[in-house]
Amino acid sequence: MSAQILAQAAGEITRTSTGEAATFWVLAPVAVLAALGMVLARNAVHGALLLVTNFFCLAVFYLLQDAPFLGFVQIVVYTGAIMVLFLFVLMLVGVDSSDSLVETLRGQRVAAIVLGVGFAGLLVFPIGGVINNGTTAAGLTAANDGGNIQAIARLLFTDYVLAFEIVSALLIIAAVGAMILGHRERVDGKVTQREMLRRRFAEGGRVTPIPGPAVYARPEGTRLPAGLPGGGTDPGAGQGAREGCGDIEGNGDGDNGAGAHARGNPRPVGAGKGTDR
Amino acid sequence: MNPSNYLILAALLFTIGAVGVLLRRNAIVVFMCVELMLNAANLTLVTFSRINGTLDGQIMAFFVMVVAAAEVVIGLAIILTIFRTRRSASVDDVNLLKY
Repeated sequence: MSAQILAQAAGEITRTSTGEAATFWVLAPVAVLAALGMVLARNAVHGALLLVTNFFCLAVFYLLQDAPFLGFVQIVVYTGAIMVLFLFVLMLVGVDSSDSLVETLRGQRVAAIVLGVGFAGLLVFPIGGVINNGTTAAGLTAANDGGNIQAIARLLFTDYVLAFEIVSALLIIAAVGAMILGHRERVDGKVTQREMLRRRFAEGGRVTPIPGPAVYARPEGTRLPAGLPGGGTDPGAGQGAREGCGDIEGNGDGDNGAGAHARGNPRPVGAGKGTDR
Repeated sequence: MNPSNYLILAALLFTIGAVGVLLRRNAIVVFMCVELMLNAANLTLVTFSRINGTLDGQIMAFFVMVVAAAEVVIGLAIILTIFRTRRSASVDDVNLLKY
């Protein structure tokens, strides 16, 4: 008991404050559940939002542990920038491209879960033993004297200045690399509108644009091919309408269409329906 | 509450992230699980910084964040490039280097 009092007098912490404990016990389950939900969520966007929840909890933990700079950087950089980048790419790739549930390696799922439980046990039980021994935390009151950000800046620009410079180089390399990866080289010159026009007339055939579906059609419905003003259907228009239809259908049902999408064969939905009148 | 409880939480989050990397096939979700693992490591760094009474752990966590941001940018660019050519973000479709 006297040792504990001595430790506290030296600024060491064996027990955190009640407020911190309450915050921890409220937010720790939220963080773990959000992480579990991120792994288990079928929809990748739900996973991203759960990960944002988890990052917010971690930011609060940083704030609790005398790291206000890291806490706010966590919110600004992780939940603000990185997760927005994730969502952006998710939307570009397509939300409906959900996971395939086929196991390519037999028993991989069970093996992964067993491995995870074993790994968690190996990590958690030694730490639990350490807690029972009663470790003391030195606390950051002395180190944070004069402000956390000032202290971090002092360290960053003195002891860690070389690492700081290397990291800045890394950031530039990453930015240039992302630009190179995202860049598409144009092999031939840009096709002007005049060239497109000449090519269209040189090919012959239909030069006017295909009328949209249901133009001049008496019944309503976008699946119907365009009719001619005098009656009858435009053969080219009908084909165009059907192709358009199939495309719309193929993009529309995202739940089970992911596999078909990946192989690039949209199903010919609605073929033949358009001309039966 | 002992400050080491944060370490247990970080261990759990790291394990969940590792299991997610092993289980999921969507490359973007795998990436998010890697981010979770990095954040769990950051939590241990911040906790150890507090236990040791020095700010070096926080500096390490700061560097981890910067490197993670760079890594995410490059990784997502690679995923987008692969998606452009293969129309798929599944890691199973990119197995030509397997044999």
